[in-house]
Amino acid sequence: MAPLRVVGDRDRGVVIPTVITVPTIANEVELRRVLRSGRGVDAVGVESRVAKLGTRSLKTATKRAAIDLSIAMVDLTTLEGADTPGRVSSLCAKARRPDPSDLSVPAVAAVCVYPDLVAHARRELGDAPVSVASVATAFPAGRASLEVKLLDVAEAVAAGAHEIDMVIDRGAFLAGRWGQVFDEIVAVKAACAPAHLKVILETGELVTYDNVKRASWIAMLAGADFIKTSTGKVAVNATLPVALVMLEAARDFAEETGQLVGVKVAGGVRTTKDALKYLVVVNETAGAAWLTPTYFRFGASSLLNDLLMQRRKQRTGAYARPDEFSGD
Amino acid sequence: MIDTALTSGLGALGYDPAPESAALARLRPRYGLFLNGEFTDPARHEQFASLNPATEETLATVARASAADVDAAVAAARHAYDTVWSTMPGAERAKYLFRIARLIQERARELAVVETLDNGKPIRESRDIDVPLAAAHFFYYAGWADKLDYAGFGVRPRPLGVAGQIIPWNFPLLMAAWKLAPALAAGNTCVLKPAETTPLSALVLGEILQQAGLPEGVVNIVTGDASTGAALVEHPGVDKIAFTGSTEVGRLIQERVAATSKKLTLELGGKGANIVFEDAPIDEVIEGIIDGIFFNQGHVCCAGSRLLVQESVADEVVRRLLRRVDQLRVGDPLDKNTDVGAINSAGQLARVREMSRWGEDEGATRYTSACELPTTGYWFAPTVFTNVAQSHRIAREEIFGPVLSVLTFRTPDEAVAKANNSKYGLACGVWSEKGSRTLWVAQRLRAGVVWANTYNKFDPTSPFGGVRESGFGREGGRQGLEAYLDV
Repeated sequence: MAPLRVVGDRDRGVVIPTVITVPTIANEVELRRVLRSGRGVDAVGVESRVAKLGTRSLKTATKRAAIDLSIAMVDLTTLEGADTPGRVSSLCAKARRPDPSDLSVPAVAAVCVYPDLVAHARRELGDAPVSVASVATAFPAGRASLEVKLLDVAEAVAAGAHEIDMVIDRGAFLAGRWGQVFDEIVAVKAACAPAHLKVILETGELVTYDNVKRASWIAMLAGADFIKTSTGKVAVNATLPVALVMLEAARDFAEETGQLVGVKVAGGVRTTKDALKYLVVVNETAGAAWLTPTYFRFGASSLLNDLLMQRRKQRTGAYARPDEFSGD
Repeated sequence: MIDTALTSGLGALGYDPAPESAALARLRPRYGLFLNGEFTDPARHEQFASLNPATEETLATVARASAADVDAAVAAARHAYDTVWSTMPGAERAKYLFRIARLIQERARELAVVETLDNGKPIRESRDIDVPLAAAHFFYYAGWADKLDYAGFGVRPRPLGVAGQIIPWNFPLLMAAWKLAPALAAGNTCVLKPAETTPLSALVLGEILQQAGLPEGVVNIVTGDASTGAALVEHPGVDKIAFTGSTEVGRLIQERVAATSKKLTLELGGKGANIVFEDAPIDEVIEGIIDGIFFNQGHVCCAGSRLLVQESVADEVVRRLLRRVDQLRVGDPLDKNTDVGAINSAGQLARVREMSRWGEDEGATRYTSACELPTTGYWFAPTVFTNVAQSHRIAREEIFGPVLSVLTFRTPDEAVAKANNSKYGLACGVWSEKGSRTLWVAQRLRAGVVWANTYNKFDPTSPFGGVRESGFGREGGRQGLEAYLDV
């Protein structure tokens, strides 16, 4: 695998990455891409920007369209030690037809399960337009050898997963071994073909926006089809400012390469209000091209029912009882 | 290579209108003056209309205060000063200020709508910035009222007496708060003269002062035009003039108060430089430039109307800036999703248009947002001039509108030289990830306010004011008390 080393230049007080060994960075354009990733992020500015975007008011037809779009962007997720085939069956039924009493509700984008339940999910979904995503690479901590991780991926793909959600090695990233992170993603990408690769940055463990931006660029350069915020297994999961930073990175990457990389926010998105705020950030940062399940996803479980409830409110003018929607 | 959607404006999620209700303003059709704790009968005064600049409709008519009215206002203020306010313990004055602050909060939604209707600014700004900050100023100075001994101006600093306060149309309520709160905390009484085109929120504030039970005459509000302001400036019973507005008028006022015992503070124009170094966080820089010049349609004395960007990143910054300019939502100020509202008056619109023509005539490259503008009302699309030279008038004169001039520099010295090459000295911004450089530049800028990695941020605890032709005196913070104390 191509070792890419990117380090900070501390003397200048600014982290400007310099490429030490660049077997994969063969030309100027790619070099520039890496360099650009080093420009800092101002935390105060990012947070005030999302606060301002958070005041956007989505009404009437816009709100209805945004709710349906959000439903279609959900990766309906169950990642519990206690998962059983029965629970996954019920999740798959919900994914295909989120509200059985209203067939105009779109199906969700995918169900997301552990590798051992992928085959079961595929059987349950049949030819429904719902993908099966599987976490892999020693999810959620990622603390295993590369061989084990690749085996994990291979199993999930063999079982029929359409999408692989891998975790990056946060230990390596935080220790500055960015090349190792890059190489691992390249290896997983090779192992997961033809499945799509989502790279989980676990931004709650990266802590700073500078790190989020840098990790986003490493993942995109290494071939990620999606960059994803979180596993949902740590204290801090997706946040709007983190999503903003990742969307800006995806937009800039697309401008430089013409290649669109998706963004998935996972963990902590529970209400329609939250989801709509994310869509506003997508809309006004990355732009319309990302406003599709192909390029933006919500990794969530409880969000779906709130979306259904708000959807019915928009249509009937009355709130449904939470119990009118199934638990899974 | 680049997907067209990337460079397009808002894309698929076009927002449906989300207007705030104009009815919340509860405006009266006609207003008198707020004199001695009461609103006078409108029929007693010549009336003039206050327009909604977004529709050109009349919102209400207000009284044009005559010299006699100003005289009555000053007399009321003098009486209140002598009999009540100057002798009241600071802790008691504080209670009134706290009460006013809370009432502003209680009536925040109404005030925001009034402000947006009368001024043309987006409801998002009046709701999230103007009104909360106005309340914050009263809260802040309420805290000072019984602690003046500790403000650093000696023991028992005395108030000045009657303050004549003339405020501009760009932040009508907020400027009223900036003026009234420190004056009242220090023990002065006030005659406030709101701007001709935006008198309404001050009149609602008058209602609030009544609600708060403020002793009669402590604050008097005289609406009117320039002649009203002149009568106030020249009135012999006034001890202090505080003015915020244009440098032109400020100069006249200074002439008029020369050789009198009146104290004076002036907060005048500006041509703020927003200095962007190559290492600055680019996406936040773009937002900062946008906030710097398009906040409140650029009707901001400290607006970052000159962008000084380091040559090595100039192309990239400009490219991203123009993309962002296209995204600005210009239109109905009452719509919660509007970013840029209406120009405050026909006169101001004509001025902005005229000065933008200078830019074209003198050879700068004009970029104007392709946004659709409403057909009635006063509107000017966000505009950016590139290839601007230091000698161009658009780089020197205050435009006071949504027009940005972009200049470049190569070294920190050059940035400082260009930023300082202005007759004004109100505010500047410095954008860099390198703290030592930011401090180096900030020390050399001749400006009353320097923001680092942000722009147009206000707080009652922070003194604000200019140097050179931007005026003198500070508002806000402990320093803001000095303008209203005999020190």
